[in-house]
Amino acid sequence: MTALDEIKIGGLGASRRRVEDARFVRGRGNYTDDIVLPGMLHMEILRSPLAHARITSIDTSRAWEIPGVRLVLTGEMMAQRNLAWMPTLSYDTQAVLATDKVRFQGQEVCVVVADDPYIAKDGCDAIVVEYEPLTPVVNPLQSRAADAPLIRDDKEGQVDNTCYRWEVGDRAATERAFAQADVVSRMQLHYPRSHPSPIECCGSIADFDPATQKLTVYMTTQAPHIIRAAVALVAELPEHMIRIVSPDIGGGFGNKVPVYPGYVASILASILLGRPVKWIEDRTGNLASTGFGRDMYLAAEMALRSDGRILAVRMHADTDQGAFFADAQPTKFKIGLLHSAFACYDIGTGHITAQGHYTNKAPGGVAYRCSFRVTEAMFFQERMMQAAAVDLGMDQAEFRRINLLRDDAFPARTPFGFLVDSGQYGKCLRLGLDAIGYEQFLVDQAEARTRGRRLGIGISTMTEPLGAGNSREYDILGIKMFDSAELRVHMTGKAILRVGAKSQGQGHETTWGQIVAHELGIPAADVIVEEGDTDTAPFGMGTYASRSTPVAGAAISMVARKVRAKARKLAAHLLECSEEDVEWELGRLYVRGAPHRGATIQECAMAAYSNMPDGMEPGLENVAYYDPPNLTWPFACYIATVEVDPETGVWDVLRFVAVDDCGVRINPMVVEGQIMGGLTEAYAMSSMQFQTYDAEGNMVGSNYMDYLLPTAWETPGFELHEVVTPCPHHPIGAKGVGECAAVGGPAAFVNAVHDALSDTGVRNIDMPLLPDRVWQALQDGRDVSGMPPVRSD
Amino acid sequence: MYPSRFRYEAPHSLDEARSLLAQYGDEAKVLAGGQSLVPLLKLRFAAPELLVDINGVPGLGHHRVEAGVLRVGALCRHVDLERSSVLARHPLVASAAPLIADPIVRNRGTLVGSLCHADPQGDWASVLLALGGHVVAEGPHGRRPIPMAEFTLGPFQNALRPGEIAVEAVAPAPRGQVSGRYLKLERRVGDFATVGVAVALETDGDRVVRAGIALTGVGPHTIAATAAEQALVGRPLTAATVEEAAQLAAEASRPKGDHRGSVAYKRHVVATFVRRGLARTDLEAVA
Repeated sequence: MTALDEIKIGGLGASRRRVEDARFVRGRGNYTDDIVLPGMLHMEILRSPLAHARITSIDTSRAWEIPGVRLVLTGEMMAQRNLAWMPTLSYDTQAVLATDKVRFQGQEVCVVVADDPYIAKDGCDAIVVEYEPLTPVVNPLQSRAADAPLIRDDKEGQVDNTCYRWEVGDRAATERAFAQADVVSRMQLHYPRSHPSPIECCGSIADFDPATQKLTVYMTTQAPHIIRAAVALVAELPEHMIRIVSPDIGGGFGNKVPVYPGYVASILASILLGRPVKWIEDRTGNLASTGFGRDMYLAAEMALRSDGRILAVRMHADTDQGAFFADAQPTKFKIGLLHSAFACYDIGTGHITAQGHYTNKAPGGVAYRCSFRVTEAMFFQERMMQAAAVDLGMDQAEFRRINLLRDDAFPARTPFGFLVDSGQYGKCLRLGLDAIGYEQFLVDQAEARTRGRRLGIGISTMTEPLGAGNSREYDILGIKMFDSAELRVHMTGKAILRVGAKSQGQGHETTWGQIVAHELGIPAADVIVEEGDTDTAPFGMGTYASRSTPVAGAAISMVARKVRAKARKLAAHLLECSEEDVEWELGRLYVRGAPHRGATIQECAMAAYSNMPDGMEPGLENVAYYDPPNLTWPFACYIATVEVDPETGVWDVLRFVAVDDCGVRINPMVVEGQIMGGLTEAYAMSSMQFQTYDAEGNMVGSNYMDYLLPTAWETPGFELHEVVTPCPHHPIGAKGVGECAAVGGPAAFVNAVHDALSDTGVRNIDMPLLPDRVWQALQDGRDVSGMPPVRSD
Repeated sequence: MYPSRFRYEAPHSLDEARSLLAQYGDEAKVLAGGQSLVPLLKLRFAAPELLVDINGVPGLGHHRVEAGVLRVGALCRHVDLERSSVLARHPLVASAAPLIADPIVRNRGTLVGSLCHADPQGDWASVLLALGGHVVAEGPHGRRPIPMAEFTLGPFQNALRPGEIAVEAVAPAPRGQVSGRYLKLERRVGDFATVGVAVALETDGDRVVRAGIALTGVGPHTIAATAAEQALVGRPLTAATVEEAAQLAAEASRPKGDHRGSVAYKRHVVATFVRRGLARTDLEAVA
């Protein structure tokens, strides 16, 4: 008999159509807001209009009088139950409902629960809160001023607005390297505050059953098991009486990792009322109060030899954390993975310091489509590389080429402690340069410049640590960052696979089946994938940081191999030979030396229920937990070409080439979708997207009129290429990919615009490169730094 | 979306709509495309007692050219103008239509509704102003034309009297050779204009017979760049006259600096767009 064609059964490498799309494109998804429970009530949040103010009184009496209002909760009422504050994932505290002060515009002050959402909203409108305004602090500069008001006066021992200090690297060796440098290159920039802005906002339905005492919460979370653990550990509810269900999720991008006050309030409301309580956040609530990304100020120096070799890097980061240090990140480092910067280059040595600052802005920094702070790290790295090439008078591609790690350098320990394990960096760079036609572009660019046209080319090369994570560097609440898979093969050879990760649109239901197909030869279409219900899925740490394929994907391989080991025993029984004589080919076990004598995986499955050998436990199922030995290290080379209109500052993308090496691709189409999505976000961040605050702490960017998502109209086309360097420690050689393009992409666009301005003396325009900022830089020949100001001139 | 409570009426005739408006006065709002009104309701910035949905009123969905005059009914959607085949003599209108908001808004929103909304960043007001158009209002005392130059009183304020409803926008018949173009700088498709410039020219040989230049988003209301227009009338289009008009238009603008750009930037773009609008008369979109 002929061997199975792996592509035909939807195995590794098959661009199988996404099975979940059948329901998504028909409007048949099942999102949190689609769920309706009998007797369900609706909750609405009253938010602070001010950035910093003392609450002098709250009068809820008029709200209680509205027919249909069932409950009004204030911070005081939460405090009576010891729930006014909750712990954050960064070991700080965050107000659930404000008791003493409001510390950012949009902060949760009260909630109203009513028969329908209109009444709940009317109830919020009827609450009278009196505030005594305090001076708002809207950036780190104000935050560390000597006369700055103390934002966190709730914290014992907190004397200023510093929320952490951290450092890594070798200060002394770095100083020595700088003393020997021929050239020292400097770069200062701001990575603006952005927001993941999933199309589905956050929400929950808490359903506490007074009869059974069981709490079920349907909610928009990327990590349902962590939520269960947090509720069990923090609220001290018995873990077996808590069920967290994460239904279909309309995008997460890190925004749906943290615990938000709305979830907590809806749970308490349901416990108090004994009825299901639904909370569905509106767009402004999502943009103004939930986890933002970035908002980091970076200053650094690079020590260089005149031949172009990097000797050392010194960096300092100031982060604007908002009112509460609520970074949703699982690394053991205060600054996340900022020190993964320059991991793809041989930089000799380095030293990084960082300081976090409280401000009167929304809290909860999240890893917006990134492993924490990797986006800032790689953006900075690639802006610094371009500046250094300019300072050296070297070609930017050549400068990268000579400093990239060579293929024989792996595994390589970075100066900041990471172990980079694999890659073909030079090959990726060359492929990208050839695809864009680098040398010809330089000729065209010079020719165009003589006619007053400004063309530019920008390169961004980077590796990043994906797949949180090995327990040396990661944990959440002390729990190690493994993931899990449980595979049950039914008697007819069909299967159900339950996984501890949780898709938010990444296509797990498609991809996971392909891993089973690859390992067992069961067609992917014969595998149902389930995620997100803590009562049924094995314990896993959820989906973020591009960890699903590196960690949960590995667990799926491992569980399938366990199942295969049992199938082998069953095959030996069926084939009447010893187990040692059974050979495996895709989907079939056969007798060594007699390939015609075999049993398919489906026949083995039937035997597991009907014809197992004496003494063997029936059934064909298993569970695997996978604790990764290292992070995965994908590599990317992104190259953009642009033309800048000097009269308006408008810039258009001419071409964009992406070369991604994310190891073995399970479903190439899904991978390409991830890359295109990430590049679209990269384009957004570089060109139009930011959240800023005026001097009073009013947020600009709390709705889609001001917070811009790119549409198909302006998003450029992307040309995708691939290189495959298998991950040495992953069972099928795959690496993370979800965030690569969003992490590495921005620098390509931004470097390209700066390249178009290379003769003007402009070294840095901070993102987003809005037309007025580019024009201003061209007018003055000077840098444009910081957030786009909220002017009133 | 959870707006405040309101009453909803969907009249089947203009008479019925007018009498509802007369009855409720300021407490009533007309709902046509709803692309500005519905977001205001959602945010509870607007809380009218009554919505008068005119989508069921017959005879308002037209746009047609009669003896050179363009008439756009109150229910004519932006997309109808975007796809229109009768706008050959109204290139400014044809050029603006695809730049209004985004395709989803264009499917639903109306030109007349946009004029009535009187947002200083609304594009159509500039177009009608540059063309010297007017709005036809119907009220308890019959029909009256309101010149576009008098229709907008200020931000979000129009000249309709209580009980009046805008039923049509009218652009007069152009003479001679016609050209026109709307230029819009936006951060993203669907964004409000950072700067918008409407340019309409009627020429006889190489002389400008009529010039209309109006500016969007650079003042508390749409601005007619009258001095710039006058600098062109009766003269040929030369580098010098174009430059003079560009500078006069920039001077006429009253921008505020905001997160879309500084005063200097917006003035500069006004001048740039006037220059481009006069130099290029095809319909190519900018920015």
